[in-house]
Amino acid sequence: MADYEVPELKDIPVIPAIKEGAMAHSSPFVSRAPFQEPMGYPDELVDNWQEVAIEKLGDLTKKYRSLKVFLDSCVKCGACTDKCHYFLGTADPKNMPVARQDLLRKVYRRYYTLAGKFFPKLVGATDLTKEVLDDWYSYYHQCSQCRRCSVFCPYGIDTAEISMAAREILDTVGVGQKYCNEIIGKVYEIGNNLGLPGKALGQTLEDLEEDVEDETGVAVKYPLDVKGADVLVVTPSADFFAEPHIDGLIGYGKVFHQAGINWTLSSHASEAANFGMFIGSYDNMKRVAMRVREAALDLGVKRIVVGECGHAWRVAYQFWNTLAGPFDFLDPNYPVPQHIIEVTHDLIQRGALNLDPSANDDKRVTFHDSCNVARATRMGNTPGGQFILPREVIKASVNHYFDMAPETIHDSTFCCGGGGGLLTDDLMELRVKGAMPRMQALTDVVKEYDVNYLAAICAICKSQFTKTLPYYDHPMDMIGSVHGLVSEAIQLGTKE
Amino acid sequence: MSMLTLGYSVLFYFAAFVLFAGLAYRIYTYANTPSPLKIVVTPAPTTKAGVVYRMWREVVLFESLFRSSKWTWVFGWAFHFGMLLVLLRHLRYVLETPWTWVDMIQPFGIYAGFLMLLGLLGLWARRILVDRVRYISSPSDHLMLAMLVGITVTGLLMKFVSGTDVIAVKNFMLGLIYFDIQPMPEDLILLTHLGLVALLMIVFPYSKLLHAPGVFFSPTRVQVDDPRETRHVTPWAKDAN
Repeated sequence: MADYEVPELKDIPVIPAIKEGAMAHSSPFVSRAPFQEPMGYPDELVDNWQEVAIEKLGDLTKKYRSLKVFLDSCVKCGACTDKCHYFLGTADPKNMPVARQDLLRKVYRRYYTLAGKFFPKLVGATDLTKEVLDDWYSYYHQCSQCRRCSVFCPYGIDTAEISMAAREILDTVGVGQKYCNEIIGKVYEIGNNLGLPGKALGQTLEDLEEDVEDETGVAVKYPLDVKGADVLVVTPSADFFAEPHIDGLIGYGKVFHQAGINWTLSSHASEAANFGMFIGSYDNMKRVAMRVREAALDLGVKRIVVGECGHAWRVAYQFWNTLAGPFDFLDPNYPVPQHIIEVTHDLIQRGALNLDPSANDDKRVTFHDSCNVARATRMGNTPGGQFILPREVIKASVNHYFDMAPETIHDSTFCCGGGGGLLTDDLMELRVKGAMPRMQALTDVVKEYDVNYLAAICAICKSQFTKTLPYYDHPMDMIGSVHGLVSEAIQLGTKE
Repeated sequence: MSMLTLGYSVLFYFAAFVLFAGLAYRIYTYANTPSPLKIVVTPAPTTKAGVVYRMWREVVLFESLFRSSKWTWVFGWAFHFGMLLVLLRHLRYVLETPWTWVDMIQPFGIYAGFLMLLGLLGLWARRILVDRVRYISSPSDHLMLAMLVGITVTGLLMKFVSGTDVIAVKNFMLGLIYFDIQPMPEDLILLTHLGLVALLMIVFPYSKLLHAPGVFFSPTRVQVDDPRETRHVTPWAKDAN
């Protein structure tokens, strides 16, 4: 199946002995001219790249307190060394969070600290050479920015911040990553990651309405660009046609239908994803986020709701207010933005939905906490609501629910292995190996409780698991949307 | 005044200057570097009081470290807590009339030296024995431990083996504080002890020991989880296009 070894699942999780250079060959395709230029980045390595990179690094430490404090504060205690799914799956020591940070830290120390200037060997400082730059490109694209290391660090050092900074430096000297930059280009040009134009999107949604009506006999609407709608839904474009994502979108529509909420999608902001975060570019992230504000103003909506997407929910929850706010033109009775899980959960609480969990009796379900949702956001008013609300929505929709091992869920959750802009075929080996810790925990509940359905609320997780489940002897269609479960359980025609 | 007294006096004034000026500069820099985005690691407190409690657990109990590695936590906490007691006990050498509680903690502070040493040796053992920690260690990481072990061992030697003229030490220290230089006792172990302490003060603001002030400026820990309720805007981010 592959020209590399798929990690073996053990009876109990084991921390591997380090294997130096095990993943040194792993690098994503480098971005080229058509994708680099519109974003304002050079299309090949600039001549004075060392100078540019070092200056950019210094500049970033002045712009981001996180970067400055994180580069200074690490004591190399080793607490994070066994926490990264890519390290656990590959055994490459440069995939230990502290070692990944050190690739940048050793250069920072060399050029920006007294000790590194005078005693480089003593403090592990090195010159910025081409080898170091290549290491940056390779290993900062082996970090999914999932923040698991940060949870366990006594100082909260977040490798995501370091890898974002490194990727921005790489873009600045002309070695961007093709996958992310091409996709951001598509968002600017066409409106979404998949390059689905407005007309085609309208047609897709009309077809979807027909399908749902054929199946249920109820005319559930999937509206696009409806001015004056109450709710603007911004969702990952994978929801429009990819499996199993689309079952989630069908579910959102049924929820709004039964609750009698007037909603719409937007062709201008037909994408919740914001890959500007992955490449650490504030400007690009802001530009992508502004589309949502523009769409909300243009359509005159009162609320904004975000669909099932992990990093998009992080950008929406933590950053939108800063990047594209203030949202004082929206209804102050609802949080801005709101997650679709919060909407559905609230409707369930208020008895506005009629759910019959026995409709899902063929399923034995577990839930994968998506990294960005778990460690960078909240749902509801209580800290940790991001763990409780999705589970309550699932439990209202199914009768058989089982959690995976406690050290692999909630804020200890393992990334799916495809986050942070790594969901590309040219990183397949990394993705398969990085999925190992999650697959280990999943396999345990499959064995113990006959779990046959892995629910998630993230487009990247869904795509990643569809691809990687078979490597660990699970069926690819085992992964599904939480709102896919809601969609099955909801009894249309009984409430409206 | 002997060369020795002069040398150690100059050394301590210099070390104190570097420590305080260096730390002040660091803290000033951290405080004045913007955090353009809310990046708190969740679940996180939604109020400032909650953040204070979170940081208290982090700084006093090393909560995150406890979750990640029990051995590192045991040794790390033993070292830091031991050091705290030892430092408080040492107040008697720089206060003309020590406060009552400083007198009361003397017995605990003395034995805390052993706790400190145990912690340091445990941390050092991990750095050598665990392949992952060995991989990430630089020479400076070992030297830092050697320096702290040196300080602890010389301190314990003076207390339990050779003894030293503590009255004279106190006079020297008070002399430094009141700019009335008094003779430095000529005791090799004491000189080593104080020399290493001065060295520690000097490297503090230029090394990983910055984790001490750094933790209070770590946005993933100290930010309030309220991005939807309160708009967070910093100067350069406002002007970004």
